[in-house]
Amino acid sequence: FSLVYSSRSARLLPEKLTVYTTLVGLLNARNYNFGGEFVEAMIRQLKETLKNNLYNEAVYLVRFLSDLVNCHVIAAPSMVAMFENFVSVTQEEDVPQVRSDWFVYVVLSCLPWVGKELYEKKDVEMDRLLSQIEGYLKGRVKTHVPMLQVWTAEKPHPQEEYLDCLWAQIQKLKKDRWQERHILRPYIAFDSVLCEALQHNLPPFTPPGHMPDAQYPMPRVVFRMFDYTDAPEGPVMPGSHSVERFVIEENLHCIIQTHWKERKTCAAQLLSYPGKNKIPLNYHIVEVIFGELFQLPSPPHIDVMYTTLLIELCKLQPGSLPQVLAQATEMLYMRLDTMNTTCIDRLINWFSHHLSNFQFRWSWDDWSDCLAVDLDKPKPKFVKEVLEKCMRLSYHQRIVDIVPPTFSALIPAEPIFVYKYADESSSSLPGYPVSITVGNAIKNRASNEEILTILKEVPNPNQEDDDDEGESFNPLKIDVFLQTLLHLAAKSFSHSFSALGKFHEILKNLTDTDEGKLHILKVVYEAWKNHPQMIAVLVDKMVRTQVVDCAAVANWLFSQDMAHEFTRLFIWEILHSTIRKMDKHVQKIQQELEEAKDKLEKQQHKRDMDKASEDEEGQLEEQIERLQEKVESAQSEQKNLFLVIFQRFIMLLTEHLVRCETGSVDISTPWYKNCIERLQQIFLMHHVTIQQYMGTLENLLFTAELDHHILAVYQQFCALQL
Amino acid sequence: MSAKLNALNSDSYIDVSQYRDQHFKGNRYEQEKLLKQSNTLYVGNLSFYTTEEQVHELFSKSGDVKRIVIGLDKVKKTACGFCFVEYYVRSGAENAMRFINGTRLDDRIIRTDWDAGFKEGRQYGRGKSGGQVRDEYRQDYDPARGGYGKLAQQHRPTEARNTF
Repeated sequence: FSLVYSSRSARLLPEKLTVYTTLVGLLNARNYNFGGEFVEAMIRQLKETLKNNLYNEAVYLVRFLSDLVNCHVIAAPSMVAMFENFVSVTQEEDVPQVRSDWFVYVVLSCLPWVGKELYEKKDVEMDRLLSQIEGYLKGRVKTHVPMLQVWTAEKPHPQEEYLDCLWAQIQKLKKDRWQERHILRPYIAFDSVLCEALQHNLPPFTPPGHMPDAQYPMPRVVFRMFDYTDAPEGPVMPGSHSVERFVIEENLHCIIQTHWKERKTCAAQLLSYPGKNKIPLNYHIVEVIFGELFQLPSPPHIDVMYTTLLIELCKLQPGSLPQVLAQATEMLYMRLDTMNTTCIDRLINWFSHHLSNFQFRWSWDDWSDCLAVDLDKPKPKFVKEVLEKCMRLSYHQRIVDIVPPTFSALIPAEPIFVYKYADESSSSLPGYPVSITVGNAIKNRASNEEILTILKEVPNPNQEDDDDEGESFNPLKIDVFLQTLLHLAAKSFSHSFSALGKFHEILKNLTDTDEGKLHILKVVYEAWKNHPQMIAVLVDKMVRTQVVDCAAVANWLFSQDMAHEFTRLFIWEILHSTIRKMDKHVQKIQQELEEAKDKLEKQQHKRDMDKASEDEEGQLEEQIERLQEKVESAQSEQKNLFLVIFQRFIMLLTEHLVRCETGSVDISTPWYKNCIERLQQIFLMHHVTIQQYMGTLENLLFTAELDHHILAVYQQFCALQL
Repeated sequence: MSAKLNALNSDSYIDVSQYRDQHFKGNRYEQEKLLKQSNTLYVGNLSFYTTEEQVHELFSKSGDVKRIVIGLDKVKKTACGFCFVEYYVRSGAENAMRFINGTRLDDRIIRTDWDAGFKEGRQYGRGKSGGQVRDEYRQDYDPARGGYGKLAQQHRPTEARNTF
């Protein structure tokens, strides 16, 4: 029992590692065989986790093993041998850099726990090991780093690549003669018992070879926002290259990893971190949480978890944590100019949701510097987007009430419908007469046929007089019908959804062509431009009910008509939501295909026994063929969607770069920063899907002729999985 | 032993509560089954003024929302402080139970609970006066939920007469 329990605990409570290793050490001192079996069980588990791509778990297992050296369970030389085997992976050829990265990371990350002991026993071998690691680190490709940094600026805190930072920390630890004072080491108290124990040798462990489908952890950048100058009173924050900093951050990340589903427990565990009196714990906690929230490509857990966790922490430490959080928010605001756009998105969402739990209380006046610059600059833009999100969680007047009058330019528009055919003043519009008729028809529950007949009366501004009566695209028809319908249904989301559902047939009829699809989106925007939330949910419904397709949404968002909204958050939320829907659609059909194939296999086993099942088999084979076609068609649609998006980006960016070059103007406008980082965002948020299309992307779009600014984004993305 | 090990991987926020809908059409076993596989949440303690849009914004943070049904007073047909939120997949509802339950919407702490699934008719309050049962009997004054509870309101008129 204790074997399983301890090893499970090692996996699940890594922040309490040394408690469990001490326990194992004491058991081993009493019973040598127990120790042997335990080590064997851990090695088996290690092999399993590596086989199953559970690299984060594997790190904890190796760390546990290395701490068992401190507890006299494992002999130091055999641990060094295992580390040597790990580091020898750096000699392998033709393997992804992320593979050898991981093995080096494991070794380095164990040294805070066991470096001292290993150096005392095997200093020559350890020196050689570290020298090998140093050589490897010097030769690493680091093209990926800019894509993962939260800020582009080096000041006040450089955003270091994680292996570089850890190496610096280990170097410093070595210089300090491996004196590490932060980790709780219960085994020291039991030294007299433990030093009598017989040690085991680790069996020789060959790292499993590289498999093509292996998914090594992605590289990351170490998030730092605080240093010793930020915690005004109390204990000093350990320096960025101190090993204490590494251990504290590791343990806090572990606590979150263990307890993220239970926010009260998670908050309590974070706040009861052992050794908390010697460190500015609140600052560490806030830094680690924001580090995860802003992590690129994506946070380890769902964004909303971090909001709720911070609220729990504020509840448990009402006298201190809210102040640290406010300080952090202020710092993040000050550095918006160089913050990655994706991270700004997450900050907007976090801050507005947080405020909605605290009656929107904030010292907005402290941020009045944002009123002195152009509205498209990062600070006013941030405040504007935050207020818009705050409004979505409350109502317009509330926002007016909570900000000082000087902020009026940043207050979102009142989310009201813009009805083109509202009253007599619009009676000169060509669509006005029919809008009245259609409106009445809808109110009187006319049938779809009747309404379509009425719509035939709408003049077509595109049509030639001698054109045949073919169903050519009539933008005014779409305009009249949809404006009127949406106006009648404007009361709530449910009303609008109901309307879209009821008149689905008509909408499909009107959007038969690509132009029709594009135009319907345009009309929705014009009607609801003051209510981006409504636009988003309507577009979502229209994609799900196949009134428009995903490519139409992409083309619409990149169209000239939407250029003035291009940097607004809601545009990108719609785009990413559309890409996700496409992704889920492909996955769904692929799953249906797999299920049908499984069914067929089962059927084939029955075949010999039952004549009637032959027919069923035939039916299944037909179904599989149909599903196969569906899958191919869906995958083709998905590929096309990404091609459209990337093409549009390339066009827009190239235009801007050329214009700046010919005008000898600096390319780095706020628009450009936003656009190039949005392109990065597409790669980062959908990297799994995009990997499939690398070949096409490289041959068709991201070729050597492309401006190097744009090509750099592509190259950084490729470097993420090298 | 497994109970102890499960404690290491606890997820208590998504557990089903003690509440069971007394109007559920079916036996207890069927109800349990539906609750365990449901994608729908009941949301309570809303303000009468909370809109579908606000609910959508908040609950979208845990997953894509398929549908929201605002609870209505059976007589007045106006919002009476609860709603149903249905997600496309269960994980959206689970994350709402973990991270949105017990936080604020419209300045009020809201409560979410698993629901067996929306059926026509379940959007109406079941209190005698048309709203929710809890608003029949409560004694406190809650301006966002029609003021005093319905029963308490019946005792109030004497007070009003004494003031000018």
